[in-house]
Amino acid sequence: MAPRIGVVLFPGTNCEHDAVHAVERLGGDAELVWHGATSLGAYDGLILPGGFAHGDYLRPGAIARFSPVMEAVAGYAAAGGPVVGICNGFQVLTEAGLLPGALQKNRGLRFLCTTVTIRVESGRTALTDGVEVGTELSIPINHFEGNYTCDADTLAELRAEDRVVLRYVDNPNGSVDDIAGVCNAGRNVVGLMPHPERAVDALLGSLDGTVLLGALLRSAGATTPAA
Amino acid sequence: MAPSQQFSVQVEVLLRDGIADPQGATIERALPALGLIGVTGVRAGKSFRFDIAAADEADALAQATVVADRLLANPVIEESVVTVRPA
Repeated sequence: MAPRIGVVLFPGTNCEHDAVHAVERLGGDAELVWHGATSLGAYDGLILPGGFAHGDYLRPGAIARFSPVMEAVAGYAAAGGPVVGICNGFQVLTEAGLLPGALQKNRGLRFLCTTVTIRVESGRTALTDGVEVGTELSIPINHFEGNYTCDADTLAELRAEDRVVLRYVDNPNGSVDDIAGVCNAGRNVVGLMPHPERAVDALLGSLDGTVLLGALLRSAGATTPAA
Repeated sequence: MAPSQQFSVQVEVLLRDGIADPQGATIERALPALGLIGVTGVRAGKSFRFDIAAADEADALAQATVVADRLLANPVIEESVVTVRPA
């Protein structure tokens, strides 16, 4: 059966249909989940897509963290379910404490909308399962606050535990240690600033997003936490 | 005890020392255009004002600190200073 992915929709999210399209293109089923939901359906994986949840007021993700659905997302993550936060979704996951660190304003205060090369640094996460370490992917970025920051102890822990999932080949935003994506200790929650869901069609410039989202669908097929 | 007093709260949020402050740096770089060349150490932050009904000043400070720590500041990169006074 096709893996069923829930795509969480906050007021101000704007990449949800891209995420649904990408999942369906890869043979999965996708369904939007409103942020007011207090429980989740029987999903095999979750995507928190990009956008400006709650207008990004205060800080990106700061208000979204208190959306009713986040308690269910935290429970789903704790049960081992694959959860991927893309761009604003990554910011939400850090604010919610499901991933370490924070995303601050880009170095140089520039909004970045371009395509970058990222390198897969760990092949043992919900988003990179089975992907060879060192694989380079061409994926769009589109953010103002994508400058990954954490304290020295956290960085040392991330490195020691092989939890830096993706790095920029040419750091565009000042992120510490060129980090483009990290995972939690359980390796089932992954956040990244680049947009793999926008790189699933050769006509739009790149197919490389299918490498990551294909791995997510594989992870989703392998894990079905209790609803 | 029921809240009996109004307090005015000010919360100032700044990036922690050691966290790059590109806004502050950009503002600082703009100042020579005003003819001011001696201004250094510019930090950009946020300021919040609100009122709290509380039993006493300690209670108001405790509540305001929860607001600051759990919502207004992200402790990974920011720190907050809470000031409470009777309204």
